[in-house]
Amino acid sequence: MEKKLRATLRLKNGMELRGWSFGYDKPCDGEVVFSTAMVGYPESLTDPSYSGQILCVTYPIIGNYGVPDEGTDIYGISTNFESEKIWVRGLVISEYSFQYSHWDAVKSLDQWLKEQKIPGIYGIDTRELTKVLRENGSMLGVIVPDGETAPEPADVHDPNLDNQIDIVSCKEVIRYGSGEKKVVLVDCGVKHNILRCFVDRGVELIRVPWDYDFLSLDYDGLFISNGPGNPEFCRITVERLRKALQGDKPIFGICMGNQLLSRAAGASTYKLKYGHRSHNQPVRMLGTNKCFITSQNHGYAVDPSALGPDWEPWFVNMNDGTNEGIRHKSKPFCSVQFHPEASSGPTDTEFLFDEFISKL
Amino acid sequence: MKNPNIKKVLILGSGALKIGQAGEFDYSGSQALKALMEEGIETVLINPNIATVQTSEGVADKIYFLPVTPYFVEKVIAKERPQGILLSFGGQTALNCGVDLYERGVLEKYAVEVLGTPVQAIMDTEDRELFVKKLDEIDVKTIKSHPAENMEEARAAAHELGYPLIVRAAYALGGLGSGFCENDEQLEELCTKAFSFSPQVLVEKSLKGWKEIEYEVVRDKYDNCITVCNMENFDPLGIHTGESIVVAPSQTLTNKDYYFLRELSIRIVRHIGIVGECNVQYAYDPNAMDYRVIEVNARLSRSSALASKATGYPLAFVAAKLGLGYGLFDLKNSVTKTTPAFFEPALDYIVCKIPRWDLSKFHGVSRKIGSSMKSVGEVMSIGRSFEEAIQKGLRMIGQGAHGFVGNKEFHVADIDEALKEPTDKRIFVISKAMRAGYTVDQIHSLTKIDRWFLDKLSNIVETYNKMHGYDSLQDMPDDLLRQAKCQGFSDFQIQRAVFKDKGPSYANQDLVREYRKSKGIVPVVKQIDTLAAEFPAATNYLYLTYNGVYNDIKFEGDNKSVVVLGSGAYRIGSSVEFDWCSVNCIETIRKEGYRGVLINYNPETVSTDYDMCDRLYFDELTFERVMDIIEMEDPHGVVVSVGGQIPNNLALRLARAKVPILGTKAQDIDKAEDRNKFSIIVDSLGVDQPEWSELTTMDDVDRFISKVGFPVLVRPSYVLSGAAMNVCYDNDQLRRFLSLASDVSKEHPVVISKFMDRCKEIEFDAVADAGEVLAYAISEHIEYAGVHSGDATIQFPPQKLYVETVRRIKKIARQIAMALQISGPFNIQFLAKENQIKVIECNLRASRSFPFVSKVLKINFIELATKVMLGKHPAAPQKSAFDLDYVGVKSSQFSFARLEEADPMLGVDMSSTGEVGCIGDNLDEALLKSVLSVGNTIPKKKILLSTGDPLQKADMLRACKILVENGYELYATGGTYKYFIENSIPCQRVLWPSECDNPNFKGRFTPAIDLIRNKEVELVINIPKNFTGEELSNGYYIRRAAIDFNIPLFTNARLAVAFIRAFCSMSLDDIQIKSWDEY
Repeated sequence: MEKKLRATLRLKNGMELRGWSFGYDKPCDGEVVFSTAMVGYPESLTDPSYSGQILCVTYPIIGNYGVPDEGTDIYGISTNFESEKIWVRGLVISEYSFQYSHWDAVKSLDQWLKEQKIPGIYGIDTRELTKVLRENGSMLGVIVPDGETAPEPADVHDPNLDNQIDIVSCKEVIRYGSGEKKVVLVDCGVKHNILRCFVDRGVELIRVPWDYDFLSLDYDGLFISNGPGNPEFCRITVERLRKALQGDKPIFGICMGNQLLSRAAGASTYKLKYGHRSHNQPVRMLGTNKCFITSQNHGYAVDPSALGPDWEPWFVNMNDGTNEGIRHKSKPFCSVQFHPEASSGPTDTEFLFDEFISKL
Repeated sequence: MKNPNIKKVLILGSGALKIGQAGEFDYSGSQALKALMEEGIETVLINPNIATVQTSEGVADKIYFLPVTPYFVEKVIAKERPQGILLSFGGQTALNCGVDLYERGVLEKYAVEVLGTPVQAIMDTEDRELFVKKLDEIDVKTIKSHPAENMEEARAAAHELGYPLIVRAAYALGGLGSGFCENDEQLEELCTKAFSFSPQVLVEKSLKGWKEIEYEVVRDKYDNCITVCNMENFDPLGIHTGESIVVAPSQTLTNKDYYFLRELSIRIVRHIGIVGECNVQYAYDPNAMDYRVIEVNARLSRSSALASKATGYPLAFVAAKLGLGYGLFDLKNSVTKTTPAFFEPALDYIVCKIPRWDLSKFHGVSRKIGSSMKSVGEVMSIGRSFEEAIQKGLRMIGQGAHGFVGNKEFHVADIDEALKEPTDKRIFVISKAMRAGYTVDQIHSLTKIDRWFLDKLSNIVETYNKMHGYDSLQDMPDDLLRQAKCQGFSDFQIQRAVFKDKGPSYANQDLVREYRKSKGIVPVVKQIDTLAAEFPAATNYLYLTYNGVYNDIKFEGDNKSVVVLGSGAYRIGSSVEFDWCSVNCIETIRKEGYRGVLINYNPETVSTDYDMCDRLYFDELTFERVMDIIEMEDPHGVVVSVGGQIPNNLALRLARAKVPILGTKAQDIDKAEDRNKFSIIVDSLGVDQPEWSELTTMDDVDRFISKVGFPVLVRPSYVLSGAAMNVCYDNDQLRRFLSLASDVSKEHPVVISKFMDRCKEIEFDAVADAGEVLAYAISEHIEYAGVHSGDATIQFPPQKLYVETVRRIKKIARQIAMALQISGPFNIQFLAKENQIKVIECNLRASRSFPFVSKVLKINFIELATKVMLGKHPAAPQKSAFDLDYVGVKSSQFSFARLEEADPMLGVDMSSTGEVGCIGDNLDEALLKSVLSVGNTIPKKKILLSTGDPLQKADMLRACKILVENGYELYATGGTYKYFIENSIPCQRVLWPSECDNPNFKGRFTPAIDLIRNKEVELVINIPKNFTGEELSNGYYIRRAAIDFNIPLFTNARLAVAFIRAFCSMSLDDIQIKSWDEY
């Protein structure tokens, strides 16, 4: 074992938890959230939806299988990660596995975090932390290694006040793959597995920045991606969506995409106390006996009560009854709050891509 | 929604516990019954295992203590006419029985609907050929196996695939009759054996070294699927999952690996059409995303019981509900009570299952572990680091280990070899190798165990070495001490590292405890809540860990808790009977208005179902951990007398630590446990006991034996199930045995007593209050003393005791109860010859036979004892065994078929793995039911006999005449043949193995072994005459052949006579189909 450096996790409510620093031995701050996923730390850390957040992983033993190669495929899509970099601002775990073991790994989590300048802290009672976040809601926090200085959590700039989507979205139009059908993907912080899901299905994908005027493009279908933070920052996207809803071309959205489409369809969104971040969220397709286990990562949710008369809720969360998707009653418009592309998480709902593409 | 036509359901149990099919099915059956009862469905249970919780009053509406065989199940169906039947809760026994009933049209005839997974789906998973075909349909890769129905076909398949190969018998429990082979010779050997269990043998390519991963999948009739848990075997493929250390969730799988296999599992389960629960096992390539499906178990299994306990998701309960027609969305998560049962648990801890072997109990058995199961029990440990979980687990298995390191050294002749060829000691060989300087890579290349596990283990060694560098606690950095505790080190291990065996270990442990407490290094209590704290859960399912700083629960401090110490891992000598005792004790405690708190760590039990108690600590039963819990709980009292020997052994230390022990005082428990103290009491009461002496030198041993003469019984004190106990008939045996036994325990020297031949053995189970006996049950062994009481066949009420004997036993027992001021359960064992009574042993705790006598007598001894211990002074029940107009017989289940090369001979050391208890209108009927329930059959025509020494021959003469009168053909070896002819019993002579090459006999007589091999006899009676080498080896070959070729075997003259009388006095059809409440 290496030389150990003490570190502290401080929360806005005054709670302090002592642990050990790993990864990048510098302070960091952000909104502390928890995820109950038991596998998939390389995917989670690179998920743009975590932008601005310090992630607490409830599974206690992390780092076991190291980190795979950062390579990209022929389209320039990352082979193993969900974006080009780590978006999480800091990582909080109980135990770190200094030795990793997997045929696909090229480096340790510790080394990767160091390279990407992301601080980590281990030796934390992550269960207690999770309970605190569950009871008090996600809150601001800092990780400070001993000997370093950091602002008080109360003084930390709240990342929810920033437009995180603007930070993570692509800055120019990128095209991927080829095929008869063209899909415009509005990038609010898209996970690379969504790109893979389209490209692998033989679709030409045009990835545009979140605030790009996609109405000017020629396409067969429109897709609104996942993304971090508060949907209210995307008013312009919602406005354009409203226009798109006038037409008949298929629209599909995931996560942030669900929230934006819902807003375009008249519904409102609100912040959940501590969000859904896990691989085991049960959803039910309304009016059916079909249930699915889904992967989720969101802090805001749709309140479907004000949905327009042409719309209906599509999926519902079986744990807390929150909305998990909406659809138009006659036109090919729909969206889901969960992640059918999984990665990380269960793959039960990947068929939704097939359904969408079949409508193009 | 629920199918409204189902009003009455039959559920098949799994029968006696045996290797490969143990307590997990009591748990799954009990859960299923609970699920049905909740729906108002009438339940009928067939299970001869009388010691189980499921066969208790109120758990099922009707209970039949009958064999789970097609014959008896059909009879019960005809009588009860249920609308539905559940086949997947009683292991392979129930499944096989159900498939047979289905195929013979019995279920159709009586319009019984199979609930849950359809029989066709079961058959698709059970028959390898159908299974492979089925998965081929959806392009799922299986281990291609080549079915063979004879040796030529097997050989052809082998040559096509190339060695190494695995051979398995179709339709067999837990890998029975399967194994690896590297060449033609080994193939031949394996196949011969496998064909004796099954008409079909499967030859497959071996994937040794691949990872073994399992998924537990649930599917409802609406096609909704979840995987409740996945598990990873620490030992790579090649070692049966029941023989493997297993962790949950998987540790070395990435997200891609995990969800790739999960998706496959769901595809498989949908395609097969499971409704309920199912287990999918994979071989997974450690160097690529490649897999093979090993097998699918379309029923509740050992793994599903483990998965339930590992996650808190009640698989059997849910599976039963799904069988009734519910959807997963209809059911609630029974931990949160608010979220649905359609979800996948998220764990925030790691569990580690470790098998418990008892191979030293068997003569001649190989200690190697491999593709067939030999372990008799298992433990599950919970921690928040792998190091913590595995060290806890290694202590839990209860074989003297203190963890991964800090144990007594044992000798390994060749570490390389021992790593390559795993035995039951594998994990400790790894420990030794690491300390001998082997690198993780070296060990990996020899064992193929994933480096991740090995790296974690080497962390433990490293921490131990660091601690070893200090000579006092004060010098050691606090961080190191804390790290050690986070890695699961016990106070004992820490004291050994620091004090290096200087000074008494108990005192040193106390020093460590006080010191670390002063530094604030204490464990915290965490909940198992299925959702990793995402939702609030009022769960009472708890464990302790050092990897945390806050407790999840608040303690009331109201002095209303009563802590019951459970029984730990099932092992030979301590099994489901103590789980029944624990459960009944907890139930009574709760009824009496106390908070019932249980500590136990056996995932196969009902007591560790969090529904059974107010708080369940799934944790160690070591003094250290029990004290941790008691300090937090501050209980009204602690019960140490219902969990067998583990809690009993803690009594004195707990009492010294001022823990309030309920019932009999710890000092009095010690007086019964300590041979010297007990002997003084017995002498002072004027009660006789076999001559004995506690000896420390060989000279003393010789002097004592010259006084009492051989045979003698040699054993250490603090005995349960006769660990390292043996009868010695001469000096050679004595010396050989003592050289093995002398290092058993220094604190408790070897005890030698005069062994009594041809004595009756009698059990006295009772409950006393302040020394007054409130209720008792006297039962009588059918075998003479010399067969361990755990192996003996027991009749209750006694059938052949003199009234005078009974009167004396009662009197002596009352005197002992008073002398020891017993308050609670106790058991005394007596020897009786004529009316001479001698006391052999007294245990101030519940005994193995408590559930048996309680259920036969219909007085719950544990309920009564618990009330006594709570100070309620219950009245004595107004009922005695003399009122019974029926008989109960308890028979033992042996698992020799699983234990290659073990000699299936009974002795003073216990070797049975389970038991049944059946009730009949008379002894013959009860005995027949009972003997058939442990897998024997009534012979049709031909019987092979070797009837032992002259006395035993005489004992058996009358019975053998009855056999002839009933038209049986007898085959006898030399001496027996001669004796029969002299006594005008017609029979044919057969050859002992040693006679086969004798030119005088060769060709004239058939070798006995051939009769067995060719299945020409249907019963083998082989009574060992004496214990000379030749006799033993001749007999051994015959006994072993009977086991290997699956022919009923009796090795005890008294039991054989009883069985012969029973099946000659009545036929199968004469056996009454009566439920428990009809007696």
